[in-house]
Amino acid sequence: MFDPNFEPRIVAFFCNWCTYTASDLAGTSRMTYAPNTRVIRLMCSGRLNPQFVLAAFRQGADGVLIGGCHPGDCHYQEGNYKTMRRVELLKRMVEQMGIEPQRLRLEWIAASEGDKVQRVTNEMVEQIKQLGPLNLDAIPQPEAGEQLEAVAAAEGVA
Amino acid sequence: MSKPKVGFYWCASCGGCEEVVVDLAEAVLDVVAAVDIVFWPCAMDFKREDVEAMADGEIAVCFVNGAIRTSEQREMAELMRRKSQLIIAFGACSYTGGIPGLANQFTKEQILRYVYQGSPSTVNPKGTRPQTETNVTEGTLTLPSLDESVKTLDQTVPVDYYIPGCAPPVKLLVGAVMAVLEGKLPPKGTVLAPNKALCDQCPRIDSKPQDLSIESFHRPHEIMIDPDTCLLAQGLLCLGPATRSGCDAACINGNMPCTGCLGPVDGVHDHGAAALSATASLGAAMDERATVKLMDGIPDPVGTFYRYGLPASLLHKRHFTNGNGAG
Repeated sequence: MFDPNFEPRIVAFFCNWCTYTASDLAGTSRMTYAPNTRVIRLMCSGRLNPQFVLAAFRQGADGVLIGGCHPGDCHYQEGNYKTMRRVELLKRMVEQMGIEPQRLRLEWIAASEGDKVQRVTNEMVEQIKQLGPLNLDAIPQPEAGEQLEAVAAAEGVA
Repeated sequence: MSKPKVGFYWCASCGGCEEVVVDLAEAVLDVVAAVDIVFWPCAMDFKREDVEAMADGEIAVCFVNGAIRTSEQREMAELMRRKSQLIIAFGACSYTGGIPGLANQFTKEQILRYVYQGSPSTVNPKGTRPQTETNVTEGTLTLPSLDESVKTLDQTVPVDYYIPGCAPPVKLLVGAVMAVLEGKLPPKGTVLAPNKALCDQCPRIDSKPQDLSIESFHRPHEIMIDPDTCLLAQGLLCLGPATRSGCDAACINGNMPCTGCLGPVDGVHDHGAAALSATASLGAAMDERATVKLMDGIPDPVGTFYRYGLPASLLHKRHFTNGNGAG
């Protein structure tokens, strides 16, 4: 059922060199767009461990947006190609686990494309509003909380 | 001084872990000489009442294999926890959920419907299902109830140590027993196996190319497998890069790829995600169309990457939006 008051929580992983810079550009250009994303800067979209995506869904994200440099533009040559392959496989995996693949979105956004950050964010928020909240069932205790903290600690992203 | 008491118990498992104890062969005599086995339903005639009669903490160490799916398994895990100083999750099912954990892709209702009504070999016109209580002339018969999802042992009771593997390598069991007897146990929560990925131990490591680039994935029956070359280099989906060693590369030596039974190395909390990440990064595809084609070679990602660990994963079980399994 569609709830008009539902505000999606979207975790966005943006690469330092392209998409994060683009979102800065969107800000300095005073573009307005939906405030539903929590942006996490990674040095490269290739740094995106698929565990981050699953941990985001586990901790209450309704969607995960990943932004990287266009193919051929990666600051580290091929990090974004690895991300492209990982996200394709991860989408198939989460779909098998009952999570709509539209909740996971990968976009190539160059440093100059502030307007694309605006458009993609707005589109994704709209799409997730249609899908509704994710609300995963809790993992049986006692391990769930510790498991998440441990992921963060091991990856140094607490 | 009396010998330390040891128990073995099984939950949702196939019996392969019990076989590991038998595979101790003559070493089992040394174990029996050093400890008293006080509970082992698979092989010895002790009953639940015998365990209940013991003092709390009377058993020095209990090895529990199998995942937790039923009310009886939960009760027994709680009982063994109370009576034992140390609980060791023994084997993949107990540690990460194992093969039975793949049932977490379905609801309890879907499983019962298929097993008791839907499967082609079932004849059950009245739709009879197992009941937790049935009244017959002789009295009331009871059966354990099925839980909503398959759980690991540590999602049920606190666990002190883990021994991975499906089934666990014999030498890991020997190592654990010796560590207990000598009082040389590592910090609690440790997985009692080497903390290196399988590739590190692999006899074919020298044939692993510096830059692996997999054009397409094959299943083992589709190609002639060279017995000396890195399996990934041959396009086989080997989980060696993301899986803990300790098995002496048993499957590799049998010319089959690693399927990930020993679970992740320390610091990785979702083995499937790590294995998926490693596998995808080794692909050769450099554009979206080629990526789709490459991944079509992995028809069942959950069954491939979470074969032994779905309950321990971050998602734990399939998500159903309407909660009744119709999705």
